[in-house]
Amino acid sequence: MTDFITMAHGNGGAAMQQLIRDYFVEAFDNPTLAQGEDQARIPLAELIKCGEKLAFSTDSFVIDPIFFPGGNIGKLAVCGTVNDIAVGGAIPKYLSCGFILEEGLPLSELKEIIRAMAETCRRAGVQIVTGDTKVVQKGAVDKVFINSSGIGVIPAEIDWGAHQIEAGDKIIVSGTIGDHGATILNLRENLGIKTDLHSDCAVLSPLIDLLRPIQGVKAIRDATRGGVNAVLHEYAQTQNLGMQVHEEDLPMRNEVRGICELLGLEPLNFANEGKLLIITKAEKTQEILTALHSHELGKNAAIIGEVTDDKKVRVVGIFGQTRLLDLPANEPLPRIC
Amino acid sequence: MQFVDEFRDPKLAKHLVERLTKLMKNLPQFSAKNPLYLMEVCGGHTHSIFKFGLDRLLPESIEFIHGPGCPVCVLPMGRIDLCIEIAQNPNVIFCTFGDAMRVKGRKGSLLEAKAQGCDVRIVYSPLDALNIALSNPDKKVVFFSLGFETTMPAAAVTLQQAKRRNIANFWIVSQNITIIPTLRSLLSQDQIKIDGFIAPGHVSMVIGYAPYRELCKKFRKPFVIAGFEPLDILQSIVMLVEQFADGRCEVENQYKRIVHEQGNMLAQKAMAEVFQLKARSEWRGLGEIEESGVELTVDYRRFDAEIYFNSKAQQVADDPNSRCGDVLTGKCKPADCPLFGSDCNPDNAYGALMVSSEGACAAYYQYRRE
Ligand code: SF4
Repeated sequence: MTDFITMAHGNGGAAMQQLIRDYFVEAFDNPTLAQGEDQARIPLAELIKCGEKLAFSTDSFVIDPIFFPGGNIGKLAVCGTVNDIAVGGAIPKYLSCGFILEEGLPLSELKEIIRAMAETCRRAGVQIVTGDTKVVQKGAVDKVFINSSGIGVIPAEIDWGAHQIEAGDKIIVSGTIGDHGATILNLRENLGIKTDLHSDCAVLSPLIDLLRPIQGVKAIRDATRGGVNAVLHEYAQTQNLGMQVHEEDLPMRNEVRGICELLGLEPLNFANEGKLLIITKAEKTQEILTALHSHELGKNAAIIGEVTDDKKVRVVGIFGQTRLLDLPANEPLPRIC
Repeated sequence: MQFVDEFRDPKLAKHLVERLTKLMKNLPQFSAKNPLYLMEVCGGHTHSIFKFGLDRLLPESIEFIHGPGCPVCVLPMGRIDLCIEIAQNPNVIFCTFGDAMRVKGRKGSLLEAKAQGCDVRIVYSPLDALNIALSNPDKKVVFFSLGFETTMPAAAVTLQQAKRRNIANFWIVSQNITIIPTLRSLLSQDQIKIDGFIAPGHVSMVIGYAPYRELCKKFRKPFVIAGFEPLDILQSIVMLVEQFADGRCEVENQYKRIVHEQGNMLAQKAMAEVFQLKARSEWRGLGEIEESGVELTVDYRRFDAEIYFNSKAQQVADDPNSRCGDVLTGKCKPADCPLFGSDCNPDNAYGALMVSSEGACAAYYQYRRE
């Protein structure tokens, strides 16, 4: 076998069989996948024990660079889908993964990605039970693209979602914002800023587990692409309400602030891969904050604002002046001169 | 964060605003109807003013005019067309600062040219572009050198290096412009409403005080060189207003931690070797201004992309309804422009004041549209 991906790894023949056996099945190691059928067969009884609604989600991952401080595309693919399921209150159970590999990708890199996925699944208590691999010619994709879908079960008593949000509710973030976006920007744009900044890429279900017993959680999203700003706008739009956040209350690492100051970018727009935005009943805010603070992933959680009824998304600046917070129309471009 | 938070202290800001309010009470010639007009020349100042809401903190008898000191905002459309034309040549890697990517010419923006297959890359300094040239010897690398005296020294030093190392696959499109002739031209116009200037911090770091002294004396307008943090700007306004209260008219420096009297001599020397004043240059919204732009000196002309690619000068008339020039000279506010917010918005910008995040129209749109 070569030490990089060739078209033969995607043609259904011996090389492909060997790749699947030696790389995927071995690393993901579970009886459902090992059966080698065209579909995963999941006993319903398993699921019914956990609750009464199925949560189903899918996402594709196309990040450049594929390795970054704090993770890689594989870890991201598992965290992303697990988190999308968990923020609806569900207990994540099973994942599928589809890989599109570029001819020439070093097998050692693929192995590293798969290893990260397996490790992340173990931590999250989920299994990758079905998958797919395609190989395309050099240049047709950028190294590797991953699609992952997942299912989980929502316990009977949980009903979180935008429909619960009302004016007067509080807005919480579970930790420092913008870590992932700033890390990737620094790498991708070769900013050469030497920091120990790393992506916050993490499975958030342990943090969410702590919130399920608390009455008063209204809605949760993970603030990924588009950052906290995008979630605030989505909520404001669906519910026809306003959102107001206070600049001085935003938890943020100094490095992230520095990069934003330097390039004239808005940290609220930066992607996160391990942060929750939680809308809560005002009376329950403290209880939720205490629960979040008890976990490593939530130790920097903070109340950052409140839901209003004026249909606008606003930031209150450090001098007490408010300004509108628009959704950026385009990918943010760094300001130089 | 060190070097930032101490210039953003809300208590100190409040204190400065109180001082201003007191000072303005003793200057009854200025009122809400007939305010003291202060022009912040630099786009960086415009951005801070809006981001921190400084315009709303000040007494009503002080008003800002957002000046022409953002190089992207005064970039004529024809120059973008020229850049795209060069970028379309086979084997060209066209490098630019991020700011210039979205500015539209007649044939679209550099961002659109990139989407259509041109190799357009964002760089963070002209040296990055030179490095791209070094590592791609079979390509022609062109750098769009945009900006005032702030970015000009880096471009000059890069070209000095390119010359010393005899690099044959590197050129620049020079869109470098100088601030003083522009201010002179502004002040020479009739009906100009400017009473005093918040002078640009970064440009002054390079050019020093002397150039402002000449303008201050000739036009009887006070200048205070200011830093970019909110407290810098507030303190500069206090210094300007104190000049009015004392009946003085001087060039003062609030940004002492960065700006020195003679400026940066090394930078001035590098610029003088590489660039020379051009007879006239076009500014978007302001028309042609004498000796306001630069071109390469004879020794460096072989790096001139316009000569190498044999590009013709292009002119594109501004939309007749747009009022970019009036906004830049303080004759009107962004919202007075008939295109503001409807035809002209950050998604689809008619004028460059809407493209750059430092443009007055973009700042109004982002922070003041209600
Ligand atoms: S709204 Fe657009 S066209 Fe009007 S002045 Fe501003 S930038 Fe120019």
